[in-house]
Amino acid sequence: MTGLRGEAAIVGVADYASERVFTGTRHFSLEQWADLSGRALADAGIASSEVNGIVCVGDVSESAMFHPATIAEYCGWSLDYAERVDLGGASAVAAVWRAAAAIELGMCDVVVVTCTGRPKPELPSTAPQPRARTVNASSWMWGSPQSEFEVPYGDIPPNVGFAFYASRYHALHGNAPADHLARAKIAADQRTSACLNQNAAFFGKPITPEDVLASRMVADPLHILEIVMLCHGGGSVVLASKERAARCAKRPVYVTGCGEHLAHKTPTYSVDEIPRTPISYVADRAFAMSGLKRSDIDMVQLYDCYTITVLLTIEQSGFCGAGEGLALVRENDLSYQGSFPCNTHGGMLGMGQAGFAGGLSMVLESARQIRGECGDRQVRKHDTAYVTGTGGIMSEQAALIVQGA
Amino acid sequence: MSETIPKPRPLATPVTQPFWDALREERIVVQQCNTCHKWVHYPRSRCSHCLSDDLTFLPVDGAATVYTFTVARQPTAPAFADEVPQIITIVELTEGVRFTTNLVNVAPEDVHVGMAVTPVFDHGDDAMTLLRYRPI
Repeated sequence: MTGLRGEAAIVGVADYASERVFTGTRHFSLEQWADLSGRALADAGIASSEVNGIVCVGDVSESAMFHPATIAEYCGWSLDYAERVDLGGASAVAAVWRAAAAIELGMCDVVVVTCTGRPKPELPSTAPQPRARTVNASSWMWGSPQSEFEVPYGDIPPNVGFAFYASRYHALHGNAPADHLARAKIAADQRTSACLNQNAAFFGKPITPEDVLASRMVADPLHILEIVMLCHGGGSVVLASKERAARCAKRPVYVTGCGEHLAHKTPTYSVDEIPRTPISYVADRAFAMSGLKRSDIDMVQLYDCYTITVLLTIEQSGFCGAGEGLALVRENDLSYQGSFPCNTHGGMLGMGQAGFAGGLSMVLESARQIRGECGDRQVRKHDTAYVTGTGGIMSEQAALIVQGA
Repeated sequence: MSETIPKPRPLATPVTQPFWDALREERIVVQQCNTCHKWVHYPRSRCSHCLSDDLTFLPVDGAATVYTFTVARQPTAPAFADEVPQIITIVELTEGVRFTTNLVNVAPEDVHVGMAVTPVFDHGDDAMTLLRYRPI
């Protein structure tokens, strides 16, 4: 039998008194999260800086989504494991075993599980009521830092944030036309693969790096052809035990390495110097877990909401040194037939992004390539893949290493 | 006449109110933690370095450099259509904290990472003041 080995313990607790009628000062759920967690950590004698995992239960009512990153940014936590449990009254207990499992798995050492339950402040009577959602930001409600300190300046996700990373990357590592052409080549090379994927939105429509730079500028230095196009679609994946997998019809694809990291929601508050991204914390751990080296990887399938995301992910996953990503792209063919196969289904830049299924497409493509089912775009050597996901504005990133049996 | 879309405006909270009150008076205040002595921005109820609840707003001069920037060539929301091309920026203060802001009184092609900038207080008619920046 596998299961928890009993190697993770509850070491700190805190709560507020139950009150039939709340008479104290009201605080936002983010503030309650920070306060309750601070009390539990004090009880444990653990410093805030030691926290590297959280499980959220219930709402952070100032945000529609991205609760873990919002909490991490507020509390100043640099996390290697985060999730939000949505199991009703079972959530708290479910959160605790997940925390224990994550610790036993070696994902993290100190996990905070906090549930807030005091009333939030009431919108002042002088404010517009209700506050209309006039912008496309996930945290637009009163009490959300993003709503208060970013949105009024037009910093509305996601183009602006990724442009922030791209601008500073180029300022530090090369801002010549040739450097921008190298970034544009990522979209062109992926399009080469998309041209052989009948499920891709841009099937049969090749582009050149020059086409990318000639396309409409959206948010300097990012052009429309290096930004994902939203589309419709979906995806699904099934995992099974090794014992069960061995009796399945097709070649099993084992997950042999993984990792995740997050610390901010909004780039302005990144604790790392931009353009450092969370994947820089993740890749070494994933490779160590799998026992593979970068040179053992046959293909990479990297979350590609923008060209800059791919560039930073290649570089900070350790496939080249800091500042060498543009050279790697320039010197390699990133298509399915090239020396550095990357997003061999075309990526989201070539396929279109069907919501969260866009991020799953990297997993599906890895499995199909490893099984050898990719036809015209089949990568010649196809036993191992490095897969990444990116959320928010370089807020959260996760990696997988998958290997064929 | 086309209908004007109202711009999203900040709405202070009890914790952030001193920051906005100061801007209204053309002053800038940033929280400092009395436990670990580090600077904290945006304003919080607990320190983002050590989770202490002992924070004090202190005056700063707002001197900053451009940390990174973009130029929105299409409005990031319909309400900002009249500001395109809008220079959206992260500036870094001498104290190390960063603000999201806009650069004004400068052409987009003249902006570069590392340029020194100084505060511009943009008073709205809703009693809120936005903190924008311009080149020195």
